[in-house]
Amino acid sequence: MTETFVYWGMDPDWAWFLATVAGILLIALPLMLAVAMVIYVDRKVWAAMALRRGPNVVGPFGLLQSFADGLKVFLQETIIPTAANKGLFLIAPIITFTVALMAWAVIPFNSGAVLANINVGLLYIFAISSLGVYGVVISGWASNSKYPFFSAMRASAQMISYEVSIGFIIVCVVLWANSFNLNAIVWAQKGHIFGLINGFAFNPLLFPVWVLFLISSLAETQRAPFDLTEAESELVAGYQTEYSSMSFALFWLGEYANVLLMCALNATLFFGGWLPPLDIGFLYLVPGWIWLFAKIFFFFLVFSWIKATVPRFRYDQLMRLGWKIFLPMSLIFVVIVSGFLMFTRYGA
Amino acid sequence: MNVAQLVKSFTLWEFVKAHALTLKYFFKPKATLNYPYEKNAISPRFRGEHVLRRYPNGEERCIACKLCEAVCPAWAITIEAEPREDGSRRTTRYDIDMTKCIYCGFCQEACPVDAIVEGPNFEFSTETREELLYDKAKLLANGDKWERAVAANLEADAPYR
Repeated sequence: MTETFVYWGMDPDWAWFLATVAGILLIALPLMLAVAMVIYVDRKVWAAMALRRGPNVVGPFGLLQSFADGLKVFLQETIIPTAANKGLFLIAPIITFTVALMAWAVIPFNSGAVLANINVGLLYIFAISSLGVYGVVISGWASNSKYPFFSAMRASAQMISYEVSIGFIIVCVVLWANSFNLNAIVWAQKGHIFGLINGFAFNPLLFPVWVLFLISSLAETQRAPFDLTEAESELVAGYQTEYSSMSFALFWLGEYANVLLMCALNATLFFGGWLPPLDIGFLYLVPGWIWLFAKIFFFFLVFSWIKATVPRFRYDQLMRLGWKIFLPMSLIFVVIVSGFLMFTRYGA
Repeated sequence: MNVAQLVKSFTLWEFVKAHALTLKYFFKPKATLNYPYEKNAISPRFRGEHVLRRYPNGEERCIACKLCEAVCPAWAITIEAEPREDGSRRTTRYDIDMTKCIYCGFCQEACPVDAIVEGPNFEFSTETREELLYDKAKLLANGDKWERAVAANLEADAPYR
C-alpha cells in the first residue's frame, strides 16, 4: 500500500505512516464487526445445544442482537466504585482491549498480507498474550472488592500456568517450520501430508500437540471449562463485577477478540492458515483470507461447542492439569519432535 | 489404572462422547416456545387478571357481600358499599391492588354469584405501579372485554367444582 501512496506523489515516510494506519483500520474494524457477530454465534450455538432458540428477535434471526446490546451498554452510566483506584480502574479494560487487538498485527491474512511481517512473529504473539493478564490483574486490584480480586488472582495463576505449556507447544511448531515468522510457518505447512493436505495437525506426531494447544488456548482465553475467573456461582462475574457501561463492553470485546485470536492461531499454526485445506490448484482461486476466516469460524464453533458441553473445572483440577499433565506432555513432545527432526531432517 | 482406562483418558474418550451428544442435541427441534408469537394452551382454571362480570342484561353481578375481601389472604381487595336508589345493595368502590394479589383464586371461590373471576389474561404488565391499582371501572371493563373467554372457562370447569 505504501508504494501506491508514493505513486500518488506522497513523501515516503508519510506514505508508510498512512499505509500502516489504513492497515490497522482494515484489520481492527472488521475484527470489531466479527466480534459482534461471533458473540451472536456463541449465544446461538450455546442455546441450540441446550434445546433453546437463542436470540431471535432483533433483526432477521436475531442477527442484530449484539448491536442492540452494544447500544444499551453504550447508553448506560459508567459507575466507578468509591473505593476504587480510579486511574487503574479505567485503564484496565483499555489494556485488555488494546492488547487483544495488538496481537493481530502479525497474523497473515494472505501471502504477504500482514501488517507487520516480523521475523519473530510467534514470539511477539506469545509476549502480547502474556501482557493480557495485566488488564485482568489491574482490574481486579483496582476494583477494591473481594470477588474481582479473587478472580484476578485466579486468572493470573491460570494464564501463567498454561502459557508454559503453550510455549513448549510453540517450540514444536517452530522446530518443524524452521521459522518464527508466521507467514513462513504457513508456507511450511503447504502439502505437509503426502504433498496433498495442508496443515501440521494432520501429522501424527503433531496432532497430539495440536490437541494440547487447543485445550491450552481455551485456558488462555478463560473459556469454559476453564472459565473459573468468572465463575458466576462463586465470584459473581469475576474481575468484571464492578464494571458497567463502556468499560464493561471493552472487557467483552477484548475477551472475544482474544478468543478469535486463539482461533486464528489454531488455524495458522496447525491448519495451514490462509492456505486451502488441500494443496490442489483450483482451491487457490479462492482468496487466502476467505480460507483463514473459514478456519477461524470453524474453530470458534468448536470453542462454543466445548463451552456448551463441558462443566467448569475446579481450581485444583485446573492447576493439576496445567502443571502435572500438560507441562510434562508438552515437554515430552518437544523431545520427540526435535528427536524425530534430528534423525530425519538433519541426519543423526 | 488398567490399560483400557489409560487409553480412554489419553484419547479424551469421555469428552469426545459428550461432544457427540451435544452435537446431536444441536440438530434436535428446539423445546423453547417462541413466546410473543407462540403461546401455550392454558387450563380453564388458569388464574390470571381479575374481571368483574355482568349479567347478560348489563346488571353487575357483585352484590357487595364482601366475602372476597374477607377471604383475601393478601388483603389486596377493598370494598365499600351502600344501597342504590332502587334499594339493591351494590359496591361504590371495588379496588384490587394487583401488586399485593398472590393469584390464589380464593376470591373467585368465595364469590356466590361468580362476579369476581380470574380470567385467562396474563399479559397485563404496566410501566408504572399506579396502573396496577385496579378500581371498579377497570375491573368491569376487563369483565366486558374477557366475558366470552371467562364464561367458556367457567362452563368447562363447572363439572369439577
